[in-house]
This record gives sequence, structure tokens and C-alpha cells, in this order.
Amino acid sequence: MAAYREFKQISPNASATAKLTNWLENRFPTAFDAYKVHMSEYYAPKNFNFWYIFGSLALLVLVIQIVTGIFLVMHYKPDAAKAFESVEYIMRDVPWGWLIRYMHSTGASAFFVVVYLHMFRGLLYGSYRKPRELVWLFGCAIFLALMGEAFMGYLLPWGQMSYWGAQVIVNLFSAIPFIGPDLSIFIRGDYVVGDATLNRFFSFHVIAVPLVLLGLVVAHLLALHDVGSNNPDGIEIKGPGKPIDEKGHPLDGVPFHPYYTVHDIFGVGLFLFVFSAIVFLAPEMGGYFLEANNFIPADPLKTPSHIAPVWYFTPFYSMLRAVTSEMMYALIACVVLGVGYGVLKSKLAGVLKGAVTVAGVIVIALMLTIDAKFWGVVTMGAAVVILFFLPWLDCSPARSIRYRPSWHKWLYVIFVIVFFVLGYLGMLAPFPLGERVSQVGTLFYFGFFLLMPWWSRLGESKPVPERINFVAH
Amino acid sequence: MKKFILALIATIGLAAGVQASTGGFPLDKAPVNLTDNASLQRGARTFVNYCLSCHSAAYMRYNRLTDIGLTEQQIKDNLLITTEKVGDTMVAAINPKEAKDWFGGNPPDLTVIARSRAGNGGSGADYLYTFLRTFYRDDTKATGWNNMVFPSVGMPHVLWELQGERGPVYEEVEHHGEKVHAFKGWQQLTPGTQTNLQYDQTVGDLVNYLQWMGEPAQRTRVRVGVWVLMFIALFILIAWRLNAAYWKDVK
Repeated sequence: MAAYREFKQISPNASATAKLTNWLENRFPTAFDAYKVHMSEYYAPKNFNFWYIFGSLALLVLVIQIVTGIFLVMHYKPDAAKAFESVEYIMRDVPWGWLIRYMHSTGASAFFVVVYLHMFRGLLYGSYRKPRELVWLFGCAIFLALMGEAFMGYLLPWGQMSYWGAQVIVNLFSAIPFIGPDLSIFIRGDYVVGDATLNRFFSFHVIAVPLVLLGLVVAHLLALHDVGSNNPDGIEIKGPGKPIDEKGHPLDGVPFHPYYTVHDIFGVGLFLFVFSAIVFLAPEMGGYFLEANNFIPADPLKTPSHIAPVWYFTPFYSMLRAVTSEMMYALIACVVLGVGYGVLKSKLAGVLKGAVTVAGVIVIALMLTIDAKFWGVVTMGAAVVILFFLPWLDCSPARSIRYRPSWHKWLYVIFVIVFFVLGYLGMLAPFPLGERVSQVGTLFYFGFFLLMPWWSRLGESKPVPERINFVAH
Repeated sequence: MKKFILALIATIGLAAGVQASTGGFPLDKAPVNLTDNASLQRGARTFVNYCLSCHSAAYMRYNRLTDIGLTEQQIKDNLLITTEKVGDTMVAAINPKEAKDWFGGNPPDLTVIARSRAGNGGSGADYLYTFLRTFYRDDTKATGWNNMVFPSVGMPHVLWELQGERGPVYEEVEHHGEKVHAFKGWQQLTPGTQTNLQYDQTVGDLVNYLQWMGEPAQRTRVRVGVWVLMFIALFILIAWRLNAAYWKDVK
């Protein structure tokens, strides 16, 4: 930071606005610098397509959730005896309470829609590749925090699905050997989900996780603005040798403000249209956003016949359920193949090969001794954690899908279909064929990422252009 | 790829079939019309006279009925039975402990019952509409009543004087080479005070009311929503042109 700044003088005949601006700038130059760095002089590639709206929309939804959340907390009571009632009180007796509540419940689902699309954009155009690894890591951490936030928030209405969903998920922790049972009691603060659980989830949902989320969002944006935005062509617009104008700004970029702010306002309009249509005309969204069972107050003595998480968790829930004792053999076979490859085919040093073999044998021994339920939990966790490694898994010469071999596109199509199928199966009660399909889907999901270092190198990339493709509107 | 997609479609189709087959007794479509205040008022009257003895609607205030066209005076004169105030919530007269002894469980609160019963092969209103019209005499049950939608339900047929007593008629049909009993229709054992058509109307009004009571703000919600969407559509139009005006200089 500059140690000393010249105090700017302004003509006494200047307008009142100019005088005020000058007064502020002399006393708070950081704000003016930040405005330049992040808005008026942040040059973003001018070839952004519609995929690039979802980052701004995620920020908008975050604000919607925080503001509606503040108003909900004014009337909500985090008390097992009163929680359900207080939500109905908000829906009926608080003026416009129903609107606030539906905005918040729809916002939760909208958040995941927007974030999933935002992440997929990163996948398509290789936005996580060097030098943007940290942007991606912060983003993955945001996704993780968001999952925690959504999970704990879902308990608060204290309906049957809230209650039993939390019960099932917290019980998963008890599958961890040795510490599991005590750990799940520690999380719940009770032997079953109860008032203590509700209170701590409330505390985390309204204070702890939002603070972490906000911090991560700031880090995500600061890191992004340091390295600059990627674009659908996956090529840099800044740096040595890149064309610049007479002021030194990149020729292929436009200042974020006003060009992308005005773009985003348009996108926000389209988003709000869909969002409002759901809030006002179909807030339950056919049972996907607000489940019918959750209009029955939580009853610890009555287990619902079918417990399913909300749609945004179901792909991961499917993977959890896919790990049966039968599936363990398939997973052990995968470990054997992996170790076999490491020992026989790779160019690792002899000591490392020994270490790989020992590690493999230990893992297989553990897989044979510990219950499949535990490995299901591990699989579910790994399905999220593996996203963090994407920058180092992808070794394709071209960043963007546009210049990768055409069959990569098909692989991405299948990946998306598999993700949807897993999500769909996760909503249903288990049945034999569905279980088999989800097992194949789980293997595909992990195969997609773990084998990426190999498959992403295969095939002939198309020539990557020097300059971005941009057609004036 | 083609094979994969076909297999996928087959899986989804099969899964949907699995879901549909768990439905049980087919649900009739409930005649829900939330703009019909007369129907909602008749439903409210049936609700207070028949349901409220055992079931509460503990999140619903009596004076909210002004939303469906009743005045506070009308509510006081016609719907308040004991010492309630018009701003009170609808609490059942029954003692919860006695209810448990009589029915083997507490009668559930009905405030959001229509919302909570959705997804069993129809909307929550469809479920309630079918449930309330498929009670039949069954002497093997403690209450003497059974139900098609909710077998062995703890609740007796509260509206039996209106509908009369009925029994199901089964016929034997061949199904995959096995003889099974299939529901064919109803047999009226004793007549009720209402004809079948009138009874359907009474239950229809009641279910209409229950649907409304599940979310009294829903009529306002839709009305406001239409204006909000029109406003946003206009906003989109302006934002779209504004965007174009800025971007026309970018070459």
C-alpha cells in the first residue's frame, strides 16, 4: 500500500458532487482503488457467452438468501416444540411472511441450480487450469460450505423430512470405525436428533457457515481478479505478446463496468422472471423444492416409509447407496488394478512401488474388514472432494472444450446424463435395477475424474487460435 | 451411444413404473376451485361442524375466514361453538389423552393436511377427496369402519349419516393365471341423508376449504405473482435494449 498520498486539490468552482467525491477520495482512497481494480478497470474477455452469467447470479442468490434469512430469523423459533409452528406463523400471520419464506426456500434450490451450472461452465472451458487453480479451489470450498449450509437449514422447519433427513445423514457418521458412534452423538448433542441438534444447526446455519461462505466468496473473487477471467476459447487476453490498445488495456477485453454490469442486469432480469414464476406460482415445485412430507411436524416415533434428501443432494446420496457389500468387490478390483498399474507399468522409483503395494494391501484389508456403509460415506465424501483435484487431473493440451477432440464433448454429455440419472435414482426408494444403474454411474463418475490424466491427453486437439473469437452484437 | 441412451430411457421408464405401481387405490380428481367463495364457505361450515370436534387446525385463526368473504360477525354467530374468540386458532374440543385412548393415536392437525398428502398418485386434495368418499362398513375393525385409501384407518366414518353405509363389491378376475379379487364398485347398505351427488359436492367443498386453509395466502400469491411477472418482463425488455446500446460500440 502507498505510504503517503498527495492530498488532491479541487477548484472552488467545481460542482458539489465533484467536491464531495474529492473529499471522500482524499480520506478513503482504498474504496476508489477497489472500484477501479474490480469494476471500471477490470478487463474481462469480450467473448463471454450465457454460461458466464451464473457467477453473478450466485452472488445475487447469496444476497437474497441473506436478506430473506434475516427477516425469517425475526419470527422463527429454534425450539423443537415451536419451530414447525413458527414457520406456519410466518406463512400466515406475518405480513408478507409467505413471500419471504418462499423466496428463501426457492432460493436454496436456485442456489444449487446456479452453482451447478457455474461449475459446469468451469469444466467446459477449463477455467480451473493454471493459473486459476486457487479460484477453483475457493469455489469448491464454497460448494462444500453451501452443502453444509443447505443441510443444516433444511432441519429448521422441523417437518418429518427435515427430521429424518438429518437423522439419516448424522447416523452415517456412526459408520466410522471406533469413533463413529460417539462422533454422531457429539454432532447431534443427543442420542437422537432433538432440540439440542436444532439449536446448534440453527447457530451454524445463520452465523458460522454464512461467515465462512462470505469469506470464501471474497477470496474467490479477489483471486479471480488477480489472474483474470478465462473465456469460452480458453486463451489468455492479458500478458506478454497479447495485443493492447494505446492505454495498455487488452484489445480483447472490455471493462467489467459498464459492459458486463449491463450484461448482468439483463441476465438478472431473466433469472428473476423464472425465480418469481416459481416463488409465486409453484413454490413447492411439484414437491422438489418443498416436500409434501415436510408439512407434517417432526415425529421421532414415526419413521416415514421413504426418506430422500432434497434434489440437490440426490446424486451424492445415490453414490452413497450404491456402495453395497457387492459393490465392494468392484471397488477392490479397482484398487488392485490401480496398484497393478503403479507397480508394473509406471516409471515410479522402486521404493515408491513398494510403498504403493503396501498401501494397496492395507486399503484392501480395510475394505474387507470395515462395513460397506462406511465406504459408502467415504464414497459420498470423495465424490465432492475429488472436484478439488480437477486442476491437476486435467492434462488436455487445450483448455476449452471448443478445441479438444470432439469425443470429449460426448464424454461430457455422458457425464451430465450420469449425474442426472444418479440424481433421479437418489429420489426413489431403492430397487434392484436402480441399484445396479447407480453402481455403474458411481464407477463412471469416479472413472471420469481419476482416469482424466490419461484420457484428457488422448486424441488430436484442434489448433487453438491466437485471439479470441468475437462477433460484434 | 445409441444403446446407452436406449438403456437409459428403459431404466427411467422402469423406475417411473415402479413408482406408479406403489400408488394403491386410484385417486379421484378433487373439484378444487379456490375462487369459489360460496364453496369455500360451505366447506368451512362442514369443517367446523364435523372435523373440528376431534381435529385441530392449530395454525389457522377463525378471523382469517374473512379472506373467503365472511364477516367477523358471521364467524362469531355461525362458526364459534364454545368460548373461543374470533382471533383464536381452531383448536379441537377433544381432550388429546382421551383421543389417544379412543382412536389409538392423536387425530392429526389439519391446517396443512392438504399440502402434506400430495404425491400419493395425485395432489393432496385428490387424496383427501378420495379418502373421505371411500369409507365402508367393516365389522372386523374396532370402529366398524374401514377405508380404501387408508386401510385400517383409526378414524371412523364421521360423515356416515350424510353418505349412508356402504360396502365394496368385488369380482373375481384372472390376473396372470391367478384368480384375484378386484374392486368393482359400491353397494349401498343403508341410505344417507344425501344422494351420492350431494355427498360428492359436500366432500368437494370440504376438500376445497382444506386446500385453501393449507395456505390462505395462495390466492394473493398468484394475483401478486402475475403483476410481478409482468413488471419483470418489462424490466427485461429495457435491460435488453440497454445492454444492446452499450455493446454496439464493442467491435
